[in-house]
Amino acid sequence: MRTFEEWVLKSQTEGLKLGQIVLHDQAEQLDKSEQELLARMRENLVVMRESVRLGLTGERRSLSGLVGGDALKVEQRRASGESLVGSVIGGAIAKALAVAEVNASMGKIVAAPTAGSCGVLPAVLLTAEEVYHPNEEDLLLALFTAAGLGVVIADRASISGAEGGCQAEIGSAAGMAAAAAVELAGGSPRQCSDAAAVAMKSFLGLVCDPVAGLVEIPCVKRNAIAASVALSAAEMVLSGVFSAIPLDEVIDTMGEIGRQMPCSLKETAQGGLAITPTGRRVQADFL
Amino acid sequence: MGSNVFDLIGPIMVGPSSSHTAGAVRLGAMALKILGGDLAEGKITLHGSFAETGKGHGTDLALVAGLLGLKPDDERIVEAKQLAQAKGINISFEKSNPPDAHPNSVTFELTDKLGKQVRVFGSSIGGGRIIIKGINEFNVEIMGDYPTLVILNRDLPGVVAQVTSLLATTQINIAQMRVSREKRGAKALTVVETDQTIEPAALELMRKLPSVYQAMAIEPLE
Ligand code: SF4
Repeated sequence: MRTFEEWVLKSQTEGLKLGQIVLHDQAEQLDKSEQELLARMRENLVVMRESVRLGLTGERRSLSGLVGGDALKVEQRRASGESLVGSVIGGAIAKALAVAEVNASMGKIVAAPTAGSCGVLPAVLLTAEEVYHPNEEDLLLALFTAAGLGVVIADRASISGAEGGCQAEIGSAAGMAAAAAVELAGGSPRQCSDAAAVAMKSFLGLVCDPVAGLVEIPCVKRNAIAASVALSAAEMVLSGVFSAIPLDEVIDTMGEIGRQMPCSLKETAQGGLAITPTGRRVQADFL
Repeated sequence: MGSNVFDLIGPIMVGPSSSHTAGAVRLGAMALKILGGDLAEGKITLHGSFAETGKGHGTDLALVAGLLGLKPDDERIVEAKQLAQAKGINISFEKSNPPDAHPNSVTFELTDKLGKQVRVFGSSIGGGRIIIKGINEFNVEIMGDYPTLVILNRDLPGVVAQVTSLLATTQINIAQMRVSREKRGAKALTVVETDQTIEPAALELMRKLPSVYQAMAIEPLE
């Protein structure tokens, strides 16, 4: 089984970014040139940008009508200069909501790692872009770092809510986003790995309990929370804070917790928020 | 096989759910490939959570979109029903819950413009991946990863050998092969997944084999 640690060590010895190491590895695995892989990742980046833009217009409503317009509210508050958390976190929250709202309204998104958690990575990536102004190649490499972590998570644990609860979707997305943010901030491979560990630890045990089985409540807002967690994790690690538990151990324990989680809390809408009185009412109204 | 980076960032798709939306488009696309002709009419029966939460995930729209040949990232999925109507294709929906079905399953009953009919049963198994489990009265397992040859033949000794040797002469490599039958000596369904595309000429030769009633080639999904 893969470990993320292998890639960290390799990038330390070769003096390359994690993103470059993952890119080399995948070019070999997929038998394609690195240029081809970068081009394919660029398509993802283009769709990510577009989904943020579209979501921030505030015009999208979900099929159930329960979700939409919140990204715009947060973005407007940020623009007014009254934000409590500041422009960086405020912007990340707005962007994550934007993409998740586009997803809920049958718009085009990039699953990262899943459709339900598609807002976290673009929000964090494009927020880091606003702060550090990296060139496109660095953005693409940061996506390879994030995706490389996803590959390890999918291999050792799971990225599916039905299999591992929401920690597997939103938690994984937060870890992937934290690693990408640290790389864009110029952090070391070890710091990327530590930030991912800190972010993922914060979501251990999170259940998958979507109201009426729809990818709307609580999914959309969890994307925004995960984006802020990823940025907080990155900030800590960039300040010199370490993760006490190494990333691969965090991933393994997430897998184990997912196996212990009852089925009612794994995307079946049989537990958690889905069966609150309000959750049941929404389900009855909608179906 | 382990996953690669583009399974983790990607696919590019129309939301909201990889299993209920992207998977549903792919199921529709597969059913259309199995019909193999121009769709005139379809009845779609939803099972399990496709029936229960399908509406909120646009599963119905996604299934129709697949039948119209749209891809999972096509933003017209949301208008699929209007598109079908504009093309004069009549599609009706029903719900039923057979006890043994996978939670996210669907049965298509399709008719093409020449009146040919086919029934296809399949499930969305997560992450946009699908499996076709039934074609007409036969149990199959088709994932849409490989070019697939589906042959309806007499269940006689030597038929499988004829099929494989024909594939060998046309330079087609077999990845996997499965045979299922109604009862011994009656009709059998042979499903062959191959590494190379099955050219029309090879398919014609297949159809000329004395024990073969029907043969179809299904392209892999993208
Ligand atoms: S609650 Fe379930 S469906 Fe919603 S984002 Fe989390 S894992 Fe996905």
